[in-house]
Amino acid sequence: MTDFSTNQTTRKQGRAGQIALRWGLYLILCLFALYYLMPLFVMLTTSLKSLEEIRTGSLLSLPRNITFDAWSTAWSKACTGIQCEGLRPYFWNSLLLSVPAVMISTLLGALNGYVIAQWKFKGSNLIFSLMLFGCFIPFQVVLLPMARVLGILNMAGTIPGLIFVHVVYGIGFTTLFFRNYYVTIPQELVKAAKVDGAGFVRIFWSIFLPLSLPIIVVTVIWQFTQIWNDFLFGVSFSQAGTQPVTVALNNIVNSTTGVKEYNVDMAAAIIAAMPTLLVYVVAGKYFIRGLTAGSVKG
Amino acid sequence: MLKWFEKQVPKIVLAPSFIAILLFVYGFIVWTGWVSLTRSRLLPKYDIVGFIQYERLFDSPRWDTAMSNLFIFGVLFIVISMFLGLLIAILLDQKIRVEGVLRTIYLYPMALSLIVTGTAWKWILNPGLGIESVVQGWGFENFKFDWLINPDYAIYTVVIAGVWQASGFVMALFLAGLRSVDDEVIKAARVDGIPTTRIYSAIILPSMAPIFLSAFIVLAHLAIKSFDLVIALTGGGPGYATDLPATYMYALAFSRGDIGQAASSAMVMMMVVFAIVVPYLYSELRAKND
Repeated sequence: MTDFSTNQTTRKQGRAGQIALRWGLYLILCLFALYYLMPLFVMLTTSLKSLEEIRTGSLLSLPRNITFDAWSTAWSKACTGIQCEGLRPYFWNSLLLSVPAVMISTLLGALNGYVIAQWKFKGSNLIFSLMLFGCFIPFQVVLLPMARVLGILNMAGTIPGLIFVHVVYGIGFTTLFFRNYYVTIPQELVKAAKVDGAGFVRIFWSIFLPLSLPIIVVTVIWQFTQIWNDFLFGVSFSQAGTQPVTVALNNIVNSTTGVKEYNVDMAAAIIAAMPTLLVYVVAGKYFIRGLTAGSVKG
Repeated sequence: MLKWFEKQVPKIVLAPSFIAILLFVYGFIVWTGWVSLTRSRLLPKYDIVGFIQYERLFDSPRWDTAMSNLFIFGVLFIVISMFLGLLIAILLDQKIRVEGVLRTIYLYPMALSLIVTGTAWKWILNPGLGIESVVQGWGFENFKFDWLINPDYAIYTVVIAGVWQASGFVMALFLAGLRSVDDEVIKAARVDGIPTTRIYSAIILPSMAPIFLSAFIVLAHLAIKSFDLVIALTGGGPGYATDLPATYMYALAFSRGDIGQAASSAMVMMMVVFAIVVPYLYSELRAKND
């Protein structure tokens, strides 16, 4: 009997401890959430304050008078050097270069992955390994020769030139994504289709493509995020009129002329981040899948 | 004839990409390697003279700073991101009700451009108007936090921003790893009365060794390629206190017009990456072929 009762009290204590532990757990997780959200909060509130309020108020306080002036300045008036047209033209540059670059590199990746996974030939595995290694190189090692080649091709400082660069260095990733997806489709399917007289193109078009929607979404999101957020290629291979939005943002923030307008900087940063953030919020599941798939190789 | 053509179609489809990779990756590496052995300055020269560019590189105090910064940044960035990522993953793995929401919050920085991250943290760490004044406002009037403009500490601000960006991603990797551990084994251990901490340290974590390795590879790779973050956060300054090899290479190539130095620094970067990645890829590919 006594045994039983002590047992019960310890169990009760145990349960109280469990609940406390649970609350502690949620508290810690929420603190982490605050840590990750803090910069976004600061960016948003700062962008809605006037410069006067920024100078006198606190970094973490909410804006007393909400004003969208900084946003309109960032979008159409802020100076990125000698020009003062805001982010708008560069935002369009980024769109203009990422859409074709994503489409071309995804298409090539699908075709390459299809060949490497289902139409193996002597050397196809070697080609795949070479492409895989290509994903890992630090791009610094290709910057100088690429600058020269773009010059020779008359594409230096142009948007088609940037599209070309992003396609070339995106193929490795897109091929990897599609190859890993197509390799799970049984080879018997292809064999049976061949017996029925279907060829390379027919099989791709009517069997593989209809199955590919998930991997297309993953690849498109991955490529779009990479290309939209790229800075190294953008800053190396563009000139005054053709810079992508990341380069323009950096120029706005680090321009040394005039008064430092922190609210404009923050509004510009949010504008530049908007498209990829939107993609993440809408299709986070696919974003994470691409991230983890991409990480298997780096 | 048509039959023969039919058989060649896969090769023809693969050919353009293969040629592009061969030329623009491997050909370019050879070009950069070649130029790194010449006296090239503003324009490339092609007469090989040996390792003088590498000697100049290793004699340069700026390169020295860049390499030791890479070491400091790399070690701290990798260790802290892994620790934080693992910690959050374990905490999140306790059947948390709002897991989806929290995961979304932890991971969103990964969708941002490093330029955006750098811009945000540059403002938060602003001496005078940022965190410093917030803490001073709480009553700690002597609190000083000027790492951003302090040459001895500026590199740690890059770590702060880098960890913020990447740790959520490491969390996602580890969480996926935790979920893939065999449930039966854990249940059996619970039945045997083994405490939870022991279950983690003796059963779950050891079985996740491959995930530790790939997280390490990804983070190391990110660290070596770090360029955008430094440019946006500190611009490599004060002076060149936060230079990394990537920013050194860029400065020498595009502002100083010293192609030979840029090429040799790029080659050193590539060798560092390959020293880490090649053994990993090799073991991965071999494991797959077995």
